[in-house]
Amino acid sequence: MIETPNLNYIKELAGEDIEFEKKFIHIIKKEFPEEVDTYLEQIQTNELLMAAETVHKLKHKFNILGLEKAYGYAVTYEEDLREGNNKMDMDFRSILQKITKYLTTI
Amino acid sequence: MNCIIIDDEAAARAIVAQLCSKIPELDVIEQFDNAIEAIKFLNQQNIDVVFLDIHMPGFSGVDFVQTLKNPPKIVLTTSDTNFAIEAYEYESIVDYLVKPITLERFQKSIQKLKNISQQSPVGPSKEAGETASGEDLYINIDRRLIKLKLNEITVIEAKGDYIDIKTEKEVYHVHTTLKKIKEKLPEKVFMQIHRSFIINFNKIIDIEDNSVLIGKNVIPISRSNRPELMRRLNLL
Repeated sequence: MIETPNLNYIKELAGEDIEFEKKFIHIIKKEFPEEVDTYLEQIQTNELLMAAETVHKLKHKFNILGLEKAYGYAVTYEEDLREGNNKMDMDFRSILQKITKYLTTI
Repeated sequence: MNCIIIDDEAAARAIVAQLCSKIPELDVIEQFDNAIEAIKFLNQQNIDVVFLDIHMPGFSGVDFVQTLKNPPKIVLTTSDTNFAIEAYEYESIVDYLVKPITLERFQKSIQKLKNISQQSPVGPSKEAGETASGEDLYINIDRRLIKLKLNEITVIEAKGDYIDIKTEKEVYHVHTTLKKIKEKLPEKVFMQIHRSFIINFNKIIDIEDNSVLIGKNVIPISRSNRPELMRRLNLL
């Protein structure tokens, strides 16, 4: 079961700075789908080392969104990709889908 | 403390900038999504602290640290906990922050920076510059970083918003000021003898009343700089 994404970290960092929260949401809504598209393309073209780089970026966003287990999963997957193994792809995609859906709600 | 942020992720840069905004002493001067642009910037401007993502494609944070001759204090920001030991092999690296960075941890890092600043000045020091005599200076021309040997520079001349860096073979036209480049040069070797000229002391051929001959260049000496020039000469 995938954890539920949240903005607890960002809200704590923002404090009363609502502008920062808005700005950050805007950034992640833009940056996350771009990185997902990049990842999917790299998997499709079997560029696994490049895909590992993208997973590295995505895993940071898992962390920001409070997804600790997904982060741990991404750490393992990044290492696997560097060794030429993309067997965790489908599970990783379901994490990405969950976050994509969440980002439409904020 | 002036600082810059280097991270290829916009979200990560925004977070570090927000953390910096909570520390009154920190002033974020610029943010970069790649290390190359940051190096060009650092060649033009003195910065006290760099918040640096270690894991960037193409030119990594490690490459960045290794490239700088006199790096400012560096605080690493990264998702990789396993880099910590390697990080401290570099003297300029003061701390290592694992993402997502909490305010409490960030404040500790800033305190560490302050403690170090009290022990020794933060940023590229004159002392470091002085040991750089005969070493290199990177100049930014048309988006290329060109390496110059300091001991090959003969004269530097101000030309409006640009300077001409003259060596025995070439003249490099660089967008910066005389004041900025002066800060990068070892004082023992280079001296400003006029508001528009810095000379390499070792390249002087002869000195007349109001001018110095260096190569084929006759450089004027301003009245205010003449006493210092004379004081530094090994007069018989």
